[in-house]
Amino acid sequence: MAVLVLADRSGSAINQPTRSAVAAAGQIDREVHLLVLGAEQAEAAAKLPGVAKVLKAEGEAYAHALAEPTAALLVALAPNYTHLLAPGSAQGKNIMPRVAALLDVQIVSDIAGVVDADTFRRFFYAGNALATVKSADARKVLTVRAASFDPVPAEGGPGAPIEAVRPAEDPGLSRFLRAELAKSARPELTAARIVISGGRAMGSAENFRILEGVADKLGAAIGASRAAVDAGYAPNDLQVGQTGKIVAPDLYIAVGISGAIQHLAGMKDSKVIVAINKDEEAPIFQVADYGLVADLFKAVPELEAELERTK
Amino acid sequence: MKLLVPVKRVVDYNVKVRVKSDGTGVETANVKMSMNPFDEIAVEEAVRLKEKGIASEIVAVSIGVAAAAEQIRTALAMGADRGILVEHDGALEPLAVAKILKAVVAKEQPQLVILGKQAIDDDMNATGQMLAALLGWPQGTFASRLEIADGKATVTREVDGGLETVELRLPAIVTTDLRLNEPRYASLPNIMKARKKPIETLKPADLGVDPAPRLTVLKVEEPPKRQAGKKVASVQELVDKLRNEAKVI
Ligand SMILES: Cc1cc2nc3c(=O)[nH]c(=O)nc-3n(C[C@H](O)[C@H](O)[C@H](O)COP(=O)(O)OP(=O)(O)OC[C@H]3O[C@@H](n4cnc5c(N)ncnc54)[C@H](O)[C@@H]3O)c2cc1C
Ligand SMILES: Nc1ncnc2c1ncn2[C@@H]1O[C@H](COP(=O)(O)O)[C@@H](O)[C@H]1O
Repeated sequence: MAVLVLADRSGSAINQPTRSAVAAAGQIDREVHLLVLGAEQAEAAAKLPGVAKVLKAEGEAYAHALAEPTAALLVALAPNYTHLLAPGSAQGKNIMPRVAALLDVQIVSDIAGVVDADTFRRFFYAGNALATVKSADARKVLTVRAASFDPVPAEGGPGAPIEAVRPAEDPGLSRFLRAELAKSARPELTAARIVISGGRAMGSAENFRILEGVADKLGAAIGASRAAVDAGYAPNDLQVGQTGKIVAPDLYIAVGISGAIQHLAGMKDSKVIVAINKDEEAPIFQVADYGLVADLFKAVPELEAELERTK
Repeated sequence: MKLLVPVKRVVDYNVKVRVKSDGTGVETANVKMSMNPFDEIAVEEAVRLKEKGIASEIVAVSIGVAAAAEQIRTALAMGADRGILVEHDGALEPLAVAKILKAVVAKEQPQLVILGKQAIDDDMNATGQMLAALLGWPQGTFASRLEIADGKATVTREVDGGLETVELRLPAIVTTDLRLNEPRYASLPNIMKARKKPIETLKPADLGVDPAPRLTVLKVEEPPKRQAGKKVASVQELVDKLRNEAKVI
């Protein structure tokens, strides 16, 4: 038998969270199949090392990865697989629990480690505890915490065969109306090697943009705390934390962020953490490798200038 | 239209939990318990729908220990009309909760169930989607905006990259994200009034559900701790350290 990974819909490429899920799948079984929704991703999928077969599902119902028809498709494919996985992205989190319930299986969400085919590690309580859990279900349904698995490369595989799969019946319960997706030239938050995040202290959407100068110099992605998103300084998809995105870049720079446990849950696996905060007692300093006690409105422009000067 | 709102009793979000030294779980004795924050948002949304005349009745349900009645009381004080407590003392996973909720739905016949997107204790983010699957209903997860009209729910969802709007045929499941609304505080008179609102108590067996878990927790550990590093005196020193010591830029 084999394991099946559902790819995130992401243009014509296979995104990094999906490639991390392929890496996790490879620790469970050598035979990994990748399911793509739509023809445009099939070629990129076939190039991934570690993918033995690409399944391609085409149809209006999958164009926006609606949960109801996509879950029906996975359930139809399930008999051929011991494990069904997806990245713990917004798409994976929406679809996979639905698949699990239809198969009468308890999902294991956001696995951070594979112990064996039945046993997985996952964080809970905002990353404050790490559990090892063994599933008694005959078939496993999992989402993968991308930050915990080094992604397989985007290219270099021998070229997996691509097979079209028959669409499952669309239950016709929901309809896609529209998407408002931010277009950004910056690297994706969960894939970036460097992330600079701003908090409530940024003070306004306009002020928040001072982070862009530093991000441009470093080729960094921009993130935000919940407080900054709630206040409208940054869009929702930039929220880093327990209930936002989980990132583990080489360098994470937290600017005007206090370091609440919910924020730490999303970034404390970063290799190097820098904190810039004017309060030397701020909890963020307890996890920072380098702490700068300073007013951000002075420090951020200085940082941009210093990066320019020493480049 | 009737609404059902499941509310979970969880360790308060301000508590930093401790892993038990014997590795069996986390310390929950004598810690502050609250309603899961995403469920407060769900209750608030339900109350707003009632205030707009769209909903006629709100039923709050909790599954758990007897003390979960406190979280139902909080929902009643915020504006829910009555409560159902499904008493169970033991591990509960999203699949079991979804099966119990399915049975409650069969009994109550709501047109909409609003859940939190995620319980902040197990961090599963699964129950709403599982309930939708078991009922064969559509799902609008991670909602930051909800409109109900003409037998349909229009849900704007927080997704990777921005927002997405879907239309669901009712009956449907919605799960809340942080930006859907800001929950109200219950006023003292409403807390008093809530004491008189009815709470029905049931057992999983009354609903024909076996809540036995499917996952066995083999061990719970404290994750590796990060050490606090050093303070740098200037931006110049910071950049120097990042270039020459950490070598990350
Ligand atoms: C259910 C739930 C889920 C949550 N999920 C998340 C999540 O996923 N991600 C997340 O981030 N949070 C989350 N939170 C919120 C979290 O608890 C904190 O409220 C939030 O992280 C605080 O954001 P902040 O650090 O930007 O703001 P604050 O805590 O207000 O901190 C602002 C910091 O800026 C500093 N400061 C002020 N002025 C300056 C200046 N001029 N220069 C330098 N420093 C300055 C202050 O000293 C302070 O430390 C969640 C909360 C709940 C209840
Ligand atoms: N024991 C419970 N009682 C009532 N509601 C629950 C319970 N467990 C989960 N829920 C609901 O399901 C949501 C998601 O929980 P979870 O899937 O565990 O992350 C919560 O926000 C609640 O609305």
